Amino acid sequence: MALIEFTDKGLFCRQGDFYIDPWRPVDRAVITHAHSDHARPGSKYYLCHHFTKPILQLRLGDNDYHCADWNETIFLNGVKVSLHPAGHIIGSAQIRVEYNGEVWVVSGDYKIEDDGLSGVFEPVRCHTFISESTFGLPIYHWKPQQEIFENVTKWINKNRENAQTSVLIAYSLGKAQRLLEGIKETTQDIFVHGAIWNIHEVLLNAGWKLPKVQRLTPDTPKESYKGSVVIAPPGAEGSPWMKRFSPYSVGVCSGWMQVRGNARRRNVDAGFALSDHADWKGLLQAVKATGAEKVFVTHGFQAAFSRYLQENGIEAGEVKTEYGGEEEEVLTNVEIEKVPENE
Amino acid sequence: MSEQETVTTLLSVPTIGEKHGMELFADLVAEVSSTTKTNDKLDALVNYFAAAPEKDKVWVIALFSGRRPKRIVNSTQLWTWCIELADLPAWLFAESYHTVGDLAETISLLLPEAVVAQPEPSSAVEPFLSDSTSQPVFTLLPQHSLQKSLSFYFEKFIEIEKQDESIRKQFILESWQQMNQNEKFVFNKLITGNFRIGVSQKTMVNALAKTVSLSSSVIAHRISGNWDPVTTSFTEMLSQESVSIDHSKPYPFYLAYAFEEELETLGEPGDWQAEWKWDGIRGQLIKRNNELFVWSRGEELMTDKFPEYHVLKDLLPEGLVLDGEIIPSRDGKPLPFALLQTRIGRKNVTKKQLQEAPISFFAYDLLEYDGEDWRTKTMSERRHQLENIIHSFSHPSLLLSPVIEFSSWDELTAIRSQAREMNSEGLMLKRKSSAYQVGRKRGDWWKWKIDPLTIDAVMIYAQKGSGRRSNLYTDYTFAVKDGDKLVAFTKAYSGLTDKEFGQVDSFVKRNSIEKFGPVRTVKPELVFEIAFEGIAASNRHKSGVALRFPRISRWRKDKKPDEINTIEDLKSMLQVYGKGGVGRE
Repeated sequence: MALIEFTDKGLFCRQGDFYIDPWRPVDRAVITHAHSDHARPGSKYYLCHHFTKPILQLRLGDNDYHCADWNETIFLNGVKVSLHPAGHIIGSAQIRVEYNGEVWVVSGDYKIEDDGLSGVFEPVRCHTFISESTFGLPIYHWKPQQEIFENVTKWINKNRENAQTSVLIAYSLGKAQRLLEGIKETTQDIFVHGAIWNIHEVLLNAGWKLPKVQRLTPDTPKESYKGSVVIAPPGAEGSPWMKRFSPYSVGVCSGWMQVRGNARRRNVDAGFALSDHADWKGLLQAVKATGAEKVFVTHGFQAAFSRYLQENGIEAGEVKTEYGGEEEEVLTNVEIEKVPENE
Repeated sequence: MSEQETVTTLLSVPTIGEKHGMELFADLVAEVSSTTKTNDKLDALVNYFAAAPEKDKVWVIALFSGRRPKRIVNSTQLWTWCIELADLPAWLFAESYHTVGDLAETISLLLPEAVVAQPEPSSAVEPFLSDSTSQPVFTLLPQHSLQKSLSFYFEKFIEIEKQDESIRKQFILESWQQMNQNEKFVFNKLITGNFRIGVSQKTMVNALAKTVSLSSSVIAHRISGNWDPVTTSFTEMLSQESVSIDHSKPYPFYLAYAFEEELETLGEPGDWQAEWKWDGIRGQLIKRNNELFVWSRGEELMTDKFPEYHVLKDLLPEGLVLDGEIIPSRDGKPLPFALLQTRIGRKNVTKKQLQEAPISFFAYDLLEYDGEDWRTKTMSERRHQLENIIHSFSHPSLLLSPVIEFSSWDELTAIRSQAREMNSEGLMLKRKSSAYQVGRKRGDWWKWKIDPLTIDAVMIYAQKGSGRRSNLYTDYTFAVKDGDKLVAFTKAYSGLTDKEFGQVDSFVKRNSIEKFGPVRTVKPELVFEIAFEGIAASNRHKSGVALRFPRISRWRKDKKPDEINTIEDLKSMLQVYGKGGVGRE
């Protein structure tokens, strides 16, 4: 019996009687991070890193939360569980599961580059590694974040010269905070969408030191936007809500911006390939560092990435999960209500 | 960090902050393709013309007016060399290509960044699972093409075009290793002869007009015709004094927009001239200096492709420019365009082709007469003189495109419905008082195409698109019913909004049945109305028919898959409309 099984509710550890990031309500859920495709409502028990808990409370309401620190061992039905920094967003963890000397690690989402907020990705030795592969093709290789922020800064300055508002599209949890850190030297004049404000406030209350921002409200005077920076989540892009910033320029911060077609299709003025996921080299580096004999690849380019691993002597397989909603929202941003669903 | 800074300082080139030719050009390309606003494109071009080296500007004008360099490499060579340099398996390259949707861009993303201060500069990724425990040290240092100008590359392309493959390979590999990603992308586009960019000739002309003090119509004329970027200087081409002595130089074409209003909005029928809209190659026939020149609308000099016209050199008066359509015809009647296609791609036209696809020039406008520019005269005056000229001699290679007599808009509507039988695409409407303008303009000339044929079909295959549709399933194959089976009959790539494409893409991802390379078979559930211009019998297609210009006209969310049309419906359309042979695809 495998230590972790792939079931229709999610990754299941039968021995420990818990799920990791289940997509249906379960009795016990261990949560890698607070993005909505990994942390879903309705479970009776949640275990997560203590940085993650306040965000889960905001998003999922009151539940039976249990927290762990990095590297702290928790026993669930005799199975040893511990959390290790994944570097994806604040509180994001890889889940290490050990029983009878066998070790599995579930990566959740991760990135290798240290963004100063999300903790430094910790390579964890294991027998079996379950890895994401959102950007699992060699066309994805990120520039150092410093260089990306310099480009964002140049773009903001150019917009300011043209008396335009710079509207930056970034996922409200993770990317928005990272972006703030990256541009805080450029301007004091930063407005954020309500969705980002909510997260911001929770993080401030939890003791995080974040750059000062102003919440956008219907009463914010229109003149105050001129030449300023606005950070908004992907859902706002192209919506009538944006009109108030006119004249404005839109810049999207997403790994998908690496490919021209994606930026052109969305008709944005600028695309910045800033991602909270590992790029191709990062994925390979992470897999290698685990020393795993066996790798399961989930959401993303799992077919290509697992085949590449196979050809390089690592037993690898694809696993179908329901993760990946976060970046897909950024990617397509369309309503799908009219399309018949058929899983 | 400090270590990298040291390296940067040591290796940085002396001219800090100053961009040179190729990088400047790559920036221009990135800038104009990241905006859809004509004004932003115009500004980017004006800035470019202000900063770029003289010689580079000439090449940019050449490029943007359709004078692309010949390709010096084919796709297969290019991706083979990329795989070699980046050390990747071929399938992974293919997978990447299907995601990016553009070969030049895929390669630019897969090649290692210009790497400096690294022991093995040719390997992209550290050999996977090597024994070394140390992390690979990459110092990313784009070398700014070692200060090479755009003209350096163009001249090099010409120099090595006919040389040995190994020499071309060496040049391309070396160039790649000196370029940043943007430059590599543009470079790849240039060497594959694939360079297209979202800037109209009109925008470029306007940018030049802003840069030098000349009117845009003068510039449009100066940059047209037969000039060689190698021997032409920017000053020569665009100084106010420069006198053109190029006898072959055509006039910029006047282009029409599609007419989509009610006919009544045009006013009196008597103010308008109607003609058949022919389906051929728009061209100019020029007789000057006792020489004959034939230009296509794409500004390609095609004189040698049409030996039928050569006799006209002796028949036509000196100082004459005609606008018209290059079409295959027999006994004065147009033949299907497909016939022209059989010979257009050939370097040398064979006797057999001349017999099977004889070409005529259907003239409909007079731009120059007796060495004088007639474009500002009215359509009526030009037409009258054109008729005189053509009636003065009779030759099957030069015909008059007839004017259609009509007295009311209703009558004209009825005439238009016969267009398909005439091998015509519809009608042209030209105001009798109109001058011959430059470029695409509204108001005086309209093209009024016939309504397309339509059929309801279900989507059965999907493939990812390219360019701005990369990584999105936007290329579909459609089927009609054949008894209780489905039979594929056409592909269509356009016609949905971005939002609809997003919805279909999402459907495809959730409803794939099988995957064949980049193609997915999809649960036959979504019904679309397919519009097309013509239908012809074809033994290359399983369905037995080939459609002309198929596209999606709307998404029939109201229809179920069992309500679609049948193969019999297609066959009866073929009976009615399919007499013209194989259509253009």
